[in-house]
Amino acid sequence: MGEEKKMIYLDNAATTKTAPEVVEAMLPYFTELYGNPSSVYSFSQKSKEAITAARETIADTIGASPEEIYFTAGGSESDNWALKATAEAYRAKGNHIITTKIEHHAILHSAQWLEKNGYEVTYLDVDEYGVVKLDELKKAIRPTTILISVMFANNEIGTIQPIREIGAIAKEHGILFHTDAVQAYGQLPIHVDELGIDMLSSSAHKLNGPKGIGFLYIRRGVKIRSFVHGGAQERKRRAGTENVPGIVGYGAAAGRAAKTMEERTAKERSLRDHLIDRVLAEVPYTRLNGHRTDRLPNNANFSFQFVEGESLLIMLDMDGICGSSGSACTSGSLDPSHVLLAIGLPHEIAHGSLRLTLSEETTMEEIDYVVECIKKIVEKLRSMSPLYEDFMRRK
Amino acid sequence: MYSDKVMDHFQNPRNVGEIENPSGVGTVGNAKCGDIMRIYFDIDENQVIRDVKFKTFGCGAAVATSSMATELVKGKTIYEALEVTNKAVMEALDGLPPVKVHCSLLAEEAIHAALWDYAEKNHIKIEGLKKPKSDIHEGEEEEEY
Repeated sequence: MGEEKKMIYLDNAATTKTAPEVVEAMLPYFTELYGNPSSVYSFSQKSKEAITAARETIADTIGASPEEIYFTAGGSESDNWALKATAEAYRAKGNHIITTKIEHHAILHSAQWLEKNGYEVTYLDVDEYGVVKLDELKKAIRPTTILISVMFANNEIGTIQPIREIGAIAKEHGILFHTDAVQAYGQLPIHVDELGIDMLSSSAHKLNGPKGIGFLYIRRGVKIRSFVHGGAQERKRRAGTENVPGIVGYGAAAGRAAKTMEERTAKERSLRDHLIDRVLAEVPYTRLNGHRTDRLPNNANFSFQFVEGESLLIMLDMDGICGSSGSACTSGSLDPSHVLLAIGLPHEIAHGSLRLTLSEETTMEEIDYVVECIKKIVEKLRSMSPLYEDFMRRK
Repeated sequence: MYSDKVMDHFQNPRNVGEIENPSGVGTVGNAKCGDIMRIYFDIDENQVIRDVKFKTFGCGAAVATSSMATELVKGKTIYEALEVTNKAVMEALDGLPPVKVHCSLLAEEAIHAALWDYAEKNHIKIEGLKKPKSDIHEGEEEEEY
């Protein structure tokens, strides 16, 4: 009693801790090296050089050229830019866009906005694991299709999409291919040429970088309009004085993530498998959402029948555990996660979901403690659940 | 996000459970929207609620409002129970976040549903009690983006 509980942070898909070396790399650009990169004097050259270096580091991690990396304020801006500006630039070719039902809202709401402005959008179904059906993608292609946007890996259930195959289909039909890689970048190897990616969105704070900085990769030759008009920054495509500390931080985080990827993700994958195996074996009436193997190394997503996600999260929080849920109650709307509904879960099961996303700092002891807490909490909530009562009566 | 009172009633809910052969039982809400409340009454011959139990599938606010609602009606006559409004439940909990107000409506509705069941079983009419809606979320609309 009274003792401060150690926090167990298992919500790394929401955001990650900024790595100390990333913070250290950024600090001088707040304090001494505050010059505007666009200025003429030599003092500002330091800021300009730092941006160039970060851009090179990032370009290297995905097999791109530095001039194909455009810094933005994050994943949502990159997604908005990719969809809206491409739609506008290719309007003469057509007005049809293909995406999926499980995209992040930055894509879905941008697509819906485009629909209101004369564009047509096909939202592809996914299978029970959350994988896009390639034959449906092929069938959806029209002469007027200008863009295919499919996320690299899903933020809720972690399922990895067949990006290489989608890239090949897009190329074969002469259609641009954008991928929202906000969750995948830094966790999975990505090479834009090998995978046929024309545009890619990412965000630094998902890979131990700072918040408020991201990039959009735009393949050379893709006509995409400026999203923010003003100065000549980012090859005149995204005006505004650069977020120099943020960009430096992103460069440091990207370099670090690339260097540690193999070892880090192997460790996370093994802890994640331990978590999944124990929960499925020890908590009855539970399912794993997403694909068992083709999933992000750090993602586990469960549905516990007869319990509601927000209650579960509050009780986990009381045990010092941070997780998230696709329950309606955590979103402010009455509908549960669109992703869980798209994989075919009934509403009441979608409401009882729990997403736990690990980091490189997660330990086996923490996972075992979390499993014990989940067992205790799910049992308590079920003992209070009228759904469980009805289910046991019917049995 | 929640008041201390809400957290208290969520962590230590009062009157959780079932009543065998209840005088009245009401279940409201639906699983589609993520909350279901069931309230059981044991009502004596003087129409006093001798005992009350609940079970709830739902968020922290849903559990807390059910718990508080049972506390507010326990030992009351059925007519006093009828006067326990969602506002009273919310006030007793020191308020709810705006998105959770519907949980308190659900609690009020659950009391009414259990009273309705009691009235039907005993072939009586409770003045002022209307047949409860089966779905508390009827008529609510999604916000447009």
